[in-house]
Amino acid sequence: MTFTDAISKERAGPRFRRGKMSDSEKYEAKLGFAFISPWLIGFLVFYLIPMAASFIISLFDYNLATNEASFTGLDNWTRMLFDDPNTWSSLWVTLRFGLIMLPISMFSAFMLAVLLNSLNLWGRNIFRTLFFAPSLVPFVAGALIWGQVLNSQTGWLNRIIELFGINAVGVDGIRWLDNPTLIPVTYTFIGIWGIGNMILITLAGLQGIPTALHEAAHIDGAGWWRRLRTISIPMVTPVIFYNLVLGVVALLQYFLPPFVLQGTTGYPEGATNFFMIYFYQQAFDFSQMGYGAALAWFLFFIGLAITILLFGTQKYWVYYAGGD
Amino acid sequence: MATSIRDKRRGEVEPEPEWKLKARRRTLLLKMGTTALATVLLAIFLMPMAYAFITSVKTSEQASDPEAPILPSQPATFEYEGREYDILAVPIDGEVQNLAIVQPGRQESEFIDPDDPDAGTIVWEGNWRQLDSVRESAWAWGNYQDAWDFINFPRMLFWTLLYAFVTLVGAVSASALVAYGFARFRFPFRSVLFMVLIGTIVLPPAVALIPKYAFFTQIGWTGTWLPLIVPLMFGNAYNVFLLRQYFMTIPREMEQAAAVDGAGPFRTFIQVILPQAVPALTAVSLFHFFFAWNDFFDPLIYLAGNRDIVPISVGLTFFSGTYENNPNLIMAASFIALVIPLTIFFFSQRIFLSGIVVSGADK
Repeated sequence: MTFTDAISKERAGPRFRRGKMSDSEKYEAKLGFAFISPWLIGFLVFYLIPMAASFIISLFDYNLATNEASFTGLDNWTRMLFDDPNTWSSLWVTLRFGLIMLPISMFSAFMLAVLLNSLNLWGRNIFRTLFFAPSLVPFVAGALIWGQVLNSQTGWLNRIIELFGINAVGVDGIRWLDNPTLIPVTYTFIGIWGIGNMILITLAGLQGIPTALHEAAHIDGAGWWRRLRTISIPMVTPVIFYNLVLGVVALLQYFLPPFVLQGTTGYPEGATNFFMIYFYQQAFDFSQMGYGAALAWFLFFIGLAITILLFGTQKYWVYYAGGD
Repeated sequence: MATSIRDKRRGEVEPEPEWKLKARRRTLLLKMGTTALATVLLAIFLMPMAYAFITSVKTSEQASDPEAPILPSQPATFEYEGREYDILAVPIDGEVQNLAIVQPGRQESEFIDPDDPDAGTIVWEGNWRQLDSVRESAWAWGNYQDAWDFINFPRMLFWTLLYAFVTLVGAVSASALVAYGFARFRFPFRSVLFMVLIGTIVLPPAVALIPKYAFFTQIGWTGTWLPLIVPLMFGNAYNVFLLRQYFMTIPREMEQAAAVDGAGPFRTFIQVILPQAVPALTAVSLFHFFFAWNDFFDPLIYLAGNRDIVPISVGLTFFSGTYENNPNLIMAASFIALVIPLTIFFFSQRIFLSGIVVSGADK
């Protein structure tokens, strides 16, 4: 069970009984609060209060370098939403990347999980280990390695493509890191090593399907493809949903690979100016705390909207088997 | 296969029917095909790793030369009378000889045969620039030493490990307490609070970042590890979730027995629950270790201005910016950085593959 399943279940589950509590119930409640107090304190001090403060700061022109703050009302917000083209372009850069990266990585992870779950595969554990290993390569090292592999002159990817008779190497070739239209694909490559977790959880989902279902379908004459389509896929939709939610979360915070490879330059032509890169530049390169806070709140709203939307679509396509 | 026992029993008596043999052949082919497919995909998937390794042992010239051969090599030279001369492939009388060029010229050049230097110079007519140079295999292992020294790896390793282990202890203990609270006790707003907790996984942390950063700057904590360590001491939603899932599978009778023996709830937690949850605690600890090893954004902003104490993730980024023209050194440094995490993974892969890291349940 993943946390997205848990949320769905928690929403449907029994509520705490209201009304007068007995002494033993009071004692139990006290203990419960005592145990969760570390998180409660941490949540208040490092999340809730800073969130509120963040909103207040967004109403100020606050430069941390000079430590000067002046109240400007909603100026940061109007500037961000109406006068600053970078807000929307960086949001678009991020979402466009997600529209390409998420389907590709989710599809690859699912197919690899099916492959790694196949009874026809010799050495399944070795393959599972090796397919998961790149996820634990430090992200910075992974980004640097892929950055070199995708180098249009010396990288192996272009050399391999060249073997198929396509002109890839060189100035007229495929310039993965320099061609703005290719950037979403390029960064999908860079991120592909991170699909290990998606593979693992999909694998766990596939293993959780009762074998009786497959056996019954097999006896009824259903082939591999039909069983995949009518049993495996519906049964792992909760896992696919979970991957989608986590994928969107990671997408909105996407920062490390473009920062490691291009800094805050947005090279080429702003195509790597992802939202978090722009946020970092405004808040930490330019020390514009007020504007940064507004950007962060904007991202929060976008994240909230997408999450609510995703959870809302659940009932149309995610299948939760009863009980657990 | 399910029928194998019966097969064996009858095997001696009557020959196998044709269809059975066919089916077995078909299975074998299917297995070979599936495994071959997986091997090819794996090769593609891991190709960058091979690239990184090979590049890391090339010289800088070769690493940035698109014409250079794939394997690490350098132009071969020959020392003659105290000087180094390049060896070129010279076609003489229809066969190619590897000769050292001692006197290059536009119309004719003089060569020495490295195998027989005493024979004197050989004159070859033609433009020497059209000759290919001969390369010999050369593995520049020194890149690793250079990367290690330039990046000051031991110092970065020290800070990274310190961060990982200090926060590991705090984050896992706090998460375990909180998870136990959510798993076992009924209290008002438990559902709501639990959903808020999960919500913190989903929503971007940037929204709380600016005031924290401003505050930590005001109290002089930026440039130290404190703003990174302290907030992690209060538990983390993902860990809490995984541990709660696991705690819920532990039978309540265990705690009831402890209560009968007069143990208080906290002592029960320490002495009864935690020992039962070792697999989950190990998984969460590993999970945290890799999180700390990769943590990038927070160290980047909080440790800015104090480059001496950055962790490996940030240090590697600075390094790649400085040595942009030495892809071989960048690859060597990346390789050094991935050795420890991958070693830990290969020793603990069972835990990862059991699914406990992703779903909190043992398979």
